[in-house]
Amino acid sequence: MANKRWPENWQDVTPGCIVSEPGSASQYHTGDWRAQRPIWDNTKCIKCGVCYIFCPEGCIIEKEDGFFEADLDYCKGCGICAHECWPLAIKMVEEG
Amino acid sequence: MIEIRWHGRGGQGAVTSVELLALAAIDEGKYAQGFPSFGPERRGAPVAAFNRVDSERIRIRSGIYHPDVVVVLDESLIGLVNVTEGLKPGGKLIVNTSKKAADVMKILNYSGAIATVDATGIAWKELGVPITNTTMLGALVKVTGVVGLDALAGPVEHRFGRIASKNMAALKRAFDEVKIN
Amino acid sequence: MGKRKGMEIALAAAEAAALCRPDVIAAYPITPNTHIPEHLSDIVAEGRLDAEFICVESEHSALSACMGASGAGARVFTATSSQGLLYMAEIMAIASSMRLPVVMALGNRALSGPLNIWNDHSDIMSQRDTGWISLFASHGQEVIDMVIQSFRIAEDRDVMLPININLDGFQLTHVVEVMDFPLQEEVDAFLPVYKPYASLHPDHPCSMGTLGLPEIFAEATRAREAAVVNSRKTILKVWDEWEKRFGRRYEPIESYKMKGAEVAVLTMGSMGETAEVAIDALREKGVPVGLLKLKLWRPFPYEDLQKAVKGVKSLIVMDRAVSFGGPGGPVASEIRSALYDDPNRPDLTNYIFGLGGRDVTVEDFITMIDKVRLADKKRPKEHYEFYGVRGE
Repeated sequence: MANKRWPENWQDVTPGCIVSEPGSASQYHTGDWRAQRPIWDNTKCIKCGVCYIFCPEGCIIEKEDGFFEADLDYCKGCGICAHECWPLAIKMVEEG
Repeated sequence: MIEIRWHGRGGQGAVTSVELLALAAIDEGKYAQGFPSFGPERRGAPVAAFNRVDSERIRIRSGIYHPDVVVVLDESLIGLVNVTEGLKPGGKLIVNTSKKAADVMKILNYSGAIATVDATGIAWKELGVPITNTTMLGALVKVTGVVGLDALAGPVEHRFGRIASKNMAALKRAFDEVKIN
Repeated sequence: MGKRKGMEIALAAAEAAALCRPDVIAAYPITPNTHIPEHLSDIVAEGRLDAEFICVESEHSALSACMGASGAGARVFTATSSQGLLYMAEIMAIASSMRLPVVMALGNRALSGPLNIWNDHSDIMSQRDTGWISLFASHGQEVIDMVIQSFRIAEDRDVMLPININLDGFQLTHVVEVMDFPLQEEVDAFLPVYKPYASLHPDHPCSMGTLGLPEIFAEATRAREAAVVNSRKTILKVWDEWEKRFGRRYEPIESYKMKGAEVAVLTMGSMGETAEVAIDALREKGVPVGLLKLKLWRPFPYEDLQKAVKGVKSLIVMDRAVSFGGPGGPVASEIRSALYDDPNRPDLTNYIFGLGGRDVTVEDFITMIDKVRLADKKRPKEHYEFYGVRGE
């Protein structure tokens, strides 16, 4: 979990609670929430990209060789990629 | 301060009358209010509209219950609407009618000051339509002198553009032809 | 200075908004306010104003569109009444919490039901806690002036809050009267180009309208309250400057014939004008009565109220709205609360009247004032009293 620095006092809250640091959501590693992770079997993967499209977190990355993997800093283990993968190339495996 | 109530039917331009009168008074350096009876209006339904004109700033914002002058744009309203309701003693009634003043007074059971003009006839002739709102302005101005006749020219021009001259002609005819009893 | 012109007040409000050069106008029509957005759409179509006029499909969208545009750095304007305001209600508090300077003209109209298109103050009173600055206009000149002032107030870096200008539906919106219109150059000199504190622009990205967890919500809300309260300083400064530039003076509470007044009447909106005539009539008879016309509703003018009622024995507060089951009309409850700690506070009588377009005359004011000042001491004190209601 990213280190949250709440404003010390109400006087320090930005007007309108504006967040002016772009992309600051990336500091919040939702991968810490994960109970299971997706594992790709690249002998079955046909590189269709459906897992990449359906990931609600947008954290599936296409590697240089054209196969896919999840960015484990953000992957919450929801299993949608495995559910949508029609060649059944993705398996959800328990953490720990 | 003079308070005027206009009676007409929705679509006959009573609201335009009060607006033109207010603007004319304002052009003369006076203060004025012009407002309709508030609410949704339907073509043909009886409506009222109101004016206040004064040399000082007008602060009263309530309705007008005791007008000094009542103008009736459509004589079919007589008998339907109590057009003389609240008219101040000594107040003036101006009616668009081809009847004789005495006959109108009998129908209304009214014995005060009355002026009549066949505004419908004038409007048919000068405008080609039986819309009497500008015509009756002429009668009003003659009877009350609330604004100068010339003061109406500007607002009428601005409002009617192409047909402004016809409206002014109707207005001037009513000014000349209104019979003050 | 200025151009003396007769015009329907709603159209004048639109002209005043146009003088302020808004970038985006998103509005939806509703009686009695329709002429305001309608006329602005005419002005844009005629090419007199270079603005985006968005014909949204509802008031909810109107305020949402204004907020989005304001977030992108645009100067925005909208207008509505009653049920339209309620349709915007979801967004009202958000505009304030996001500190977006949306300017809105409100043609005050009764909240349904029964369905009623006529004037009272129940619409704005239902939104008084949303964190908007609220001004009340009593006549056409105040409407024009307040619309122009509002952009300046709202966009000030020390304020950055949405603001509404209240004008009585029909009683003001539909009346043609004479007003002094500031010239375009005068408005340009008074109102600088809008420089937002932050805007949604790729060159300097930011996030607006974020989630606020319990760890931050209280502090964020406290900060927002401080912003509303502190806006008073800017409002007074802007009004001072307005007086210097245009010769017309504005105060949070305007006093009329209050010298030596033992009885004071407090009004908001156009009824104050009619009340002045009643005060004149009573003063002529030697009755020591005066009038307080409240123009600044939010932030609430505590100091001005306390100063204004010094020496007053009896204060009559007029409400044109009901707070059902509450301790009086909205205005009277707040006035009573504001004066609670003052050991010398006047007796307070609350009249609720003028609901749903019920007319208010000079005679009505005289009757209400006489009822209070000539009252038998043994008359029971109710928290509020309805006036002009048949059967009451």
